[in-house]
Amino acid sequence: MACVIEKINEIIAPENLVYAKSPLTNDDIMHYCPGCSHGVVQRLIAEVIEEMGIQEQSIGVTPVGCSVFAYKYIDIDWQEAAHGRAPAVATAIKRLMPEKMVFSYQGDGDLAAIGTAETLHAVNRGENIVMLFINNAIYGMTGGQMAPTTLVGQVTSTTPFGRNVDINGYPLKITDLIAQLPGAAYVTRQSVHTAAAVRRAKKAIRKAFEIQRLNCGTAFVEIVATCSSGWKLSPVESNKWMEENMFPHYPLGDLKDSKRADSGLYRIKSK
Amino acid sequence: MGELRLMKGNEVIAEAAIRCGCDGYFGYPITPQSEVMETLMTLRPWETTGMVVLQAESEIASIHMVYGGAGAGKRVMTSSSSPGISLMAEGISYLAGSELPCVIVNVQRGGPGLGTIQPSQADYNQATKGGGHGDYSLLVLAPASVQEMHDFVILGFELAFKYRNPVMILADGVIGQMMEKVTLIEQRPRWTNEQIQALSGGWATTGKTADRKKHVITSLEMDALMMEKYNLRLQAKYLQMKQDEVRYEVIDCDDAEYILVAFGSAARICQKTVQIARAKGVKVGLIRPITLFPFPDKIIAHYASNVKCFISVEFNAGQMVYDIRLAVNGVTRVEYFGRMGGVVPTPDEVEDALNQYF
Amino acid sequence: MAKVSGAVVVDIEKCKGCSLCVEACPTLTLMLNRSVNNRGYHFCYMQIPENCNGCANCSAVCPDSCISVYRLRIVH
Repeated sequence: MACVIEKINEIIAPENLVYAKSPLTNDDIMHYCPGCSHGVVQRLIAEVIEEMGIQEQSIGVTPVGCSVFAYKYIDIDWQEAAHGRAPAVATAIKRLMPEKMVFSYQGDGDLAAIGTAETLHAVNRGENIVMLFINNAIYGMTGGQMAPTTLVGQVTSTTPFGRNVDINGYPLKITDLIAQLPGAAYVTRQSVHTAAAVRRAKKAIRKAFEIQRLNCGTAFVEIVATCSSGWKLSPVESNKWMEENMFPHYPLGDLKDSKRADSGLYRIKSK
Repeated sequence: MGELRLMKGNEVIAEAAIRCGCDGYFGYPITPQSEVMETLMTLRPWETTGMVVLQAESEIASIHMVYGGAGAGKRVMTSSSSPGISLMAEGISYLAGSELPCVIVNVQRGGPGLGTIQPSQADYNQATKGGGHGDYSLLVLAPASVQEMHDFVILGFELAFKYRNPVMILADGVIGQMMEKVTLIEQRPRWTNEQIQALSGGWATTGKTADRKKHVITSLEMDALMMEKYNLRLQAKYLQMKQDEVRYEVIDCDDAEYILVAFGSAARICQKTVQIARAKGVKVGLIRPITLFPFPDKIIAHYASNVKCFISVEFNAGQMVYDIRLAVNGVTRVEYFGRMGGVVPTPDEVEDALNQYF
Repeated sequence: MAKVSGAVVVDIEKCKGCSLCVEACPTLTLMLNRSVNNRGYHFCYMQIPENCNGCANCSAVCPDSCISVYRLRIVH
């Protein structure tokens, strides 16, 4: 036993460090529930900002919902937007300070229900911002009500017998809608349920920020996420449930990867 | 001396914004104020001063764009008319709650609902009592001429940054649409990053540098005691405005037995009424509140013991009349005369109303 | 022959015992502790430290950024 401790102490030396949290992430204990995907995504954002060396340029816009307090955890300037309005807030920040790196961070209720207009129009204008979209198919903060992305049959506190399309309509694939818009430069759907998925998601977030530097349109990253409290499953069970149920409806991968595709647009022939 | 021109009130808002060095305008078309954005788009200030002009997808988006720009320490503004201002109520509350400076122009039309596109002053209560949720106040300026439309954009930005508070220019369809001569200020430069740093470097989201803590623009506070403290700070600020920022105009009140109280274009009509009545030997005066919040209650109280009656003349069902009654506090009679739904009364109509209270 | 050895350090008070790291660990090194931290969570720890190869899968999936990973190439 003494031998093992000795060996561990030998390994735990600064020169052997492979991973430690980003210095942009503070020591506050996150308010999220155990296993919540928000924590992972926010850590990735902090890492990307640190690795790109853009702390001084970065301005984040947080939503209303579980991630309302995202501003507590990453050491950059933030603006807290009203429910659904983050893309409008981010639009103005970027337009007035084009040299900044501006991103919005929203959940499904914020981005795809109350803020649908702001979301679609910001992308449609091709705002040079990064939009991060955390889709866990439920309203976490308010206690597990139906979200626009709630799956058919999924039980929530406002669909206690499962989402019924006759009453509640269909789960909104807003990322697919966004991919259709000429203003979108990069649209991808990722997840953070395994180490490999986390590494892919980080690459996607990095790419989104790189695209902002090119000024060629909106970079939109959806993260299919879990909400173990809302789903009433353990974090591990949530990941399994997500793989089985969320991924078939919200398949992972890039939906669009090109610069603004406005070259083929119809323009009127005379004024 | 600035440039003298004949212009529409709405066009002047745009001219004044560019000339005072405004950084951004975000708006959505609505009658009777669409000329503001049309003028800006025609003048293309982004090619000269670098001012951003953006047509948003809604008034909701516009006001939240204003929030984003104001949070960055920029001088930003929007304009709309009554139904659009109702849509902005959420954002205005957030702006006040986050203590962000900005200028919001309301060229009022008749309501309620979709109402009419004719001039009105029916948003007085909405403007002076906050208008959205929570305990907050806007600094409200009521222009009565095209010149004041111009001047109040400049004054509005000064006051907005002095108090870190949204300022509303409460105009109406008459002032917005009518043409008058106006003296425009010389072009002023937009603030440099260094100027913004000097003025708002303590709170604006200009990018976190190593020498300071991060800045967070928010109105959120989960701790009720902290939130109460924050509210008390806001109230102290509003009290300071009441002490320092009251503006009004007094016409012929020193010997007056009757005083008309009116703001904006209603005051213009009442000015004529005063002339007509004075010519007939009636001792009547006019108090024109220029700031509606803070309300000029002291000057009204000052005249209260000398006059037989105050008459509040408004293009609404009687909203400001309650603020006058509070100021007068029962010392004398306070009555109301007004027209609603976009009807603008004539000076003679006001005189007839005045005669009832002899 | 070179053997890769690793170790993790857990910020016990930040850990919420979600066990996603336990699930992500390919070498069955990690486990939730039977005892709890100050907030009542069964924090994760290296139950079989000899197994750890420092792959950092645990820190990748950790939502609370409470795992640091170290790796050492030991040449025999």
